[in-house]
Amino acid sequence: MEYLFYISGAAAVISTFMVIIQTKAVHALLYLIVSLLSVALVFFSFGAPFVAALEVIIYAGAIMVLFVFVIMMLNLGPEAAEEEKKLISARMWIGPSILAAILLAVLIYTLTRTGTIANPLIVGPKEVGMALYGPYLIGVELASILLLAGMVGAYHLGRGRRYGGPGEGE
Amino acid sequence: MSETARGLITVFVVLFVLMSVAAGLIWLERRLLALWQDRYGPNRVGPFGVLQVLADMIKVLSKEDWVPPFADKGVFIIAPTIIMMTTLLSFAIVPFAPGMRVVDLNIGVLFFLAMVALTAYSVALSGWASNSKYSLLGGLRALAQMISYEVFMGLSMMGVVMLAGSFDLSKIVEAQRKIWFVIPQFLGFISFFIASIAEAHRLPFDLPESESELVAGFHVEYSGMKFGMFFVGEYIAITLVSALMTTMFLGGWLGPVLPPLAWFIIKTFALICVFILLRAALPRPRYDQLTELAWKVMLPVTLLNLMATGGILLAWR
Repeated sequence: MEYLFYISGAAAVISTFMVIIQTKAVHALLYLIVSLLSVALVFFSFGAPFVAALEVIIYAGAIMVLFVFVIMMLNLGPEAAEEEKKLISARMWIGPSILAAILLAVLIYTLTRTGTIANPLIVGPKEVGMALYGPYLIGVELASILLLAGMVGAYHLGRGRRYGGPGEGE
Repeated sequence: MSETARGLITVFVVLFVLMSVAAGLIWLERRLLALWQDRYGPNRVGPFGVLQVLADMIKVLSKEDWVPPFADKGVFIIAPTIIMMTTLLSFAIVPFAPGMRVVDLNIGVLFFLAMVALTAYSVALSGWASNSKYSLLGGLRALAQMISYEVFMGLSMMGVVMLAGSFDLSKIVEAQRKIWFVIPQFLGFISFFIASIAEAHRLPFDLPESESELVAGFHVEYSGMKFGMFFVGEYIAITLVSALMTTMFLGGWLGPVLPPLAWFIIKTFALICVFILLRAALPRPRYDQLTELAWKVMLPVTLLNLMATGGILLAWR
């Protein structure tokens, strides 16, 4: 499984880089989807098939679809791409490059200190569920309260005028 | 080594059979629609018009493969391949008979959901890349429709997963030895059925390509083999959801007397015919009605079903 990890890892890095340098928004999003898919494969090669499937369903399949939807609604013309091109200049790269180099140095330092995982465990759906509803129950509940609040808010914003209500001049 | 060879042979057999089934379905649909609408349908080429598909194929393949100059070329070409890839890949997890499947994934159901989620890009990107108003509207409609129906499609399958205690589709079939899941999970079956019509954007939920308003919606600008891919992709999608419904709700390969594979094929074909009958029988709803049905009726119903299933399972064990 190790070669799978290296291939998908390389794909993730390259596609993420392409996301940054694209000038057309939809093309950047497409690379981001490829990047998410390769991250899912990285998870899979680490023996976490459940997380890999969720990564594809939720990130690549739901959240990115919404991004594409919004970009399509905006329907940016060629002017937007021109604007983007102006933003990508050599001077723009200095700050991020220094920060990224520092992070890379830290990453390499940590990786050299810790040994590789010889035999990764395969964590199935059952183990993930047991962990989520056992020791991490509070986290799950907090996340679901947050989501519920978001959902109620969205329903309220999406409510049509025809139902009337205070301040809507019905 | 023989394991690998066996796997490869299964892959190619499944691919070959699927492509022929999808092509055959085009003929079957046209004949059945004609029967229900009191016409003849294709009946000139070959016996009963069976070779009509072949004639159509020759026509599609020999057409000029045209990319409009105003289109976004790369995305325009990628879009039709996505629907073919995702629907064909989903078949990897379908157990046709005991031991007859491409891969043994313990996350089978989730893999299917992941592939369905990715199918949305095909329609959306083709709509965007065509750079035409009709396509864009079709693409937007398709995205909204597929996101809305995906939500409760996943939830409607979870009742079955709860009863079987596994995401693995062969284990789900084995768990139906006593009773088919269509009986305890009738609500789940109905909501999965409705969701799968919407996900395959078949009539009555074919708003992304509704001819009367959007000409052909997201694939207006497509011609030749690229259009053919959308066309065949739709039929493969119907076969896929029928096969999945058979596996998850109708007992898969289980059945008396006949061999397992025969039962699987009979059940799948019966469901495909129901899909075609729906196309012949139902009118298209309005766009807002479609979205409202998903969020205001189907989602609460599937959630209730899930809660009831969980409660009953807890009380029993």
